[in-house]
Amino acid sequence: MSSSGSLGSKLYRGEVSIDFIGKRRRWYAFSGLLILISAISLGVQGLHLGIEFKGGASFSVKKAGVSVAAAEKALASTGIKTEVIAQTVGSDKVRIQTGVITNLQSEAIQDALAKEFQVNRDTIDTQVVGPSWGADITHKALYGLFAFLFVVVLFLSLAFEPKMAISAIVAVIHDVLITVGIYALVGFDVTPATVIGFLTILGYSLYDTVVVFDKVRENTRGLTGGSRMTYSQAANHAVNQTLVRSINTSLIALLPVASILFVGAGLLGAGTLKDLSLALFVGLATGTYSSIFVATPLLASLHEREPAMQALARRVAAKGNATTKSSVEGAEVFAGVSAAAESHSAGATGPRNQPKRKTKKKKR
Amino acid sequence: MASNKTPTTSRPGRSLLVLLLIFITLGATAVLQSASSVRLGLDLRGGTSVTLQPRIVPGQKGQVTTAAIDQAVSIIRQRVNSLGVAESEVTSTGTGTNRQIVISVPGDTGRRIVELVGQTAELRFRQVLVSGAAGIAPAPTASASTAATPKPTAKKGKSAPRTAATATPTATPAATPTPVATTPAPTQLPAGVTPEMVAKYNALDCTKAINRQGGGGDEANAPLVACDRSGTSKFILAKAEVLGSQISGASAVLDQQGGGGWMVLLNFNGDGTTAFANVTSRVVSLPAPQNEVAIVLDGLVVSAPRIISAITAGSAQITGSFTQIESSDLANVLKYGALPLAFDRGEVQQISPTLGADQLHAGLLAGGIGLLLVLLYSLLYYRGLGLVSVGSLAIAGSLTYLLTLVLGKSIGFTLTLAGIAGLIVSIGITADSFIVFFERLRDEVREGKSLRSAVETGWVRARHTILVADSVSLIASVLLYFFAVGGVRGFAFTLGLTTLIDLLIVFTFTKPLVTLLVRTKFYGGGHPLSGLSPDRLGAKIPVVRASSTAQSSVQEA
Repeated sequence: MSSSGSLGSKLYRGEVSIDFIGKRRRWYAFSGLLILISAISLGVQGLHLGIEFKGGASFSVKKAGVSVAAAEKALASTGIKTEVIAQTVGSDKVRIQTGVITNLQSEAIQDALAKEFQVNRDTIDTQVVGPSWGADITHKALYGLFAFLFVVVLFLSLAFEPKMAISAIVAVIHDVLITVGIYALVGFDVTPATVIGFLTILGYSLYDTVVVFDKVRENTRGLTGGSRMTYSQAANHAVNQTLVRSINTSLIALLPVASILFVGAGLLGAGTLKDLSLALFVGLATGTYSSIFVATPLLASLHEREPAMQALARRVAAKGNATTKSSVEGAEVFAGVSAAAESHSAGATGPRNQPKRKTKKKKR
Repeated sequence: MASNKTPTTSRPGRSLLVLLLIFITLGATAVLQSASSVRLGLDLRGGTSVTLQPRIVPGQKGQVTTAAIDQAVSIIRQRVNSLGVAESEVTSTGTGTNRQIVISVPGDTGRRIVELVGQTAELRFRQVLVSGAAGIAPAPTASASTAATPKPTAKKGKSAPRTAATATPTATPAATPTPVATTPAPTQLPAGVTPEMVAKYNALDCTKAINRQGGGGDEANAPLVACDRSGTSKFILAKAEVLGSQISGASAVLDQQGGGGWMVLLNFNGDGTTAFANVTSRVVSLPAPQNEVAIVLDGLVVSAPRIISAITAGSAQITGSFTQIESSDLANVLKYGALPLAFDRGEVQQISPTLGADQLHAGLLAGGIGLLLVLLYSLLYYRGLGLVSVGSLAIAGSLTYLLTLVLGKSIGFTLTLAGIAGLIVSIGITADSFIVFFERLRDEVREGKSLRSAVETGWVRARHTILVADSVSLIASVLLYFFAVGGVRGFAFTLGLTTLIDLLIVFTFTKPLVTLLVRTKFYGGGHPLSGLSPDRLGAKIPVVRASSTAQSSVQEA
């Protein structure tokens, strides 16, 4: 791990610098493509909604030797005409989903299943959902979503600045769109647990973005006073400085989620744990991606439009020549630059190191 | 320089003391409340939950009021309590009129609870105008008599005795046990029966279960076309003359005369007695079936006894081949009154204790594995500092456990599967606070600062990041909690709770612990395994032990 430690330090001082911001058009295009694919798969295939949203019932019988055929036979014996999806979960469980049925029909099905599989009726796990229920929880989730976005924009505008709030929200919407798109494309079931997952992604994606933005803010403070680097360069440096944290955080957040996913899917089959962790798994990945590749480049784009920042960019360009510029834009590793050779003042923060490296390169 | 910036934040002993006090307080509260185990949700221990939504009848939107829902909650609570199942719960979620009522009953009461809470229990006594067999008449005519004429079909043959048994001796002493299965056809339409009602009656097929759902909402002042509960007959009924609200008491008794079945004995209040006396004395001389008074519960006819003489004693019986449980449930429902609103069952979930136990185990296993992986990773990556995050997570874990104990007792917090998922997800968010702090700390070391001053300056920067990021997390959980229903709320609650715990731990444990640790030789000296080794971090100026002591002397001054 010591190698990552030194990689971390190189990233921190800008000896290793990955150009996230300069190549932003590439990332925008990539994200745009993903969103397009998401939109198409949403339009063509739509979301595979669970019974909680479209209404219906689900019955689970746990007993050794259960089979789909027997379950279907039991269902047929009730004479209830509804769509039936039966599937086995593990080796000793069968799960039957039906369309919208009444309470009486649900009781008839329970009785038929109890008879067919010779189990006590009360051991059959049942869920009956009315047809209007899904619409109701969907509305609530949407209200929650909009309230959340609104409050967060306000909060981030106060805690940071409005442009950061906008960039963060765009990144969040980006994450949700792509996650939903993946759900449509693969055809995973969307249940209330999935919605919990989606909503958590919102919080998580913002959380991740906030950590990066905090560093950006630190690096760009008092930037317009000098002519050392443009906003984009300072922001890019911030992303690189927090890269190790982003990777560590994502890994650490993914580890428990992955364990829920595997335990949930492995032991229980379908259910709350699996649905939730799957949404989180997909969302965490896109959340980490967007805070680095979408939120910060977008923030830089927004700021570069400001007259003060454009003036700064001109000053920086005038100060440096063509060779200096490449050090910022290239994704090359400047491992050759010796850190020890640089003079160092005790209170210096990260960004000040980068221009020093540039001056050094200029001399070369 | 760094120490000048942060003179006040370094009182590790005091912060740790605060944390210790919080622990002692929580522990003592838990002991005093004798809260020994976490309250588990139904999905983790098995049981039935029913979510009811107020049904908004078109044109009667104003009926759904906060007061009506409150009243419904208290009535349903009384009904559920009459079951005598410990730890049953009736709560309403949401705000204003947009609320759901959630009923949770642990154990195996499944079907019974669903029926008990769902019925509106609007009891009405209506005079029978027309009655007949349940099915659609084979040759419908303008007259209502067709359907009412006895037909010796196989179906009829089966249903007739059953009706006879169900609708036996009802309205108190005077009513004789006369079978009322079939009735002579009225020669003309009785007063108050319109051709539209006849058409509706003819079209109604009571043999289909879908037409026998009832559900209340019938107009007391209008006539009613209704099925009976068992699906053997159908009726055209006059407007209601005695209402459920005029009942003063109800009890389940064993019917001594009528074959030993269970029945429900009703007592009317003053108004009810008068009204019932009026209707019975008026219909007694009419031809059948108009001399019958139907007892209608939630739009379904429970029984329709023939009245032999006027009943003025102020009591009545409802029979209908009830079991003991059914009759006592019905008596309870009637005793506590009708719900002021009709409700739809939004969701009914029945989870067996086996599945509950499975889900609990899976949740705990997933949490355990997740925690273990996080601990391993942080130990591998942060070495000695990893031990700090191990300690912090352990403290956070025990604090969460204590809080769920205390909150379970004090505000009835129950841990559900979604809640466990929230806890597991929060492992990541909690660990991230440490990562933010550690990375800042290491950045400061890279800047060439002494470890002791790096802890302080790194902390000041990390603190801001952690506060802002956790605020976003808190906003998310608070809004989720207020806008969502069911499982989402449990998730939001634990997520919000653990975010607060995270803040507490970082401020009162992690930071003070690191401050203390860098005073030790192992951490402060930058041992290669401490995770703070300046060489390994690639610090620009190798930290000399002397310089770090110099810094700290300023700090402590």
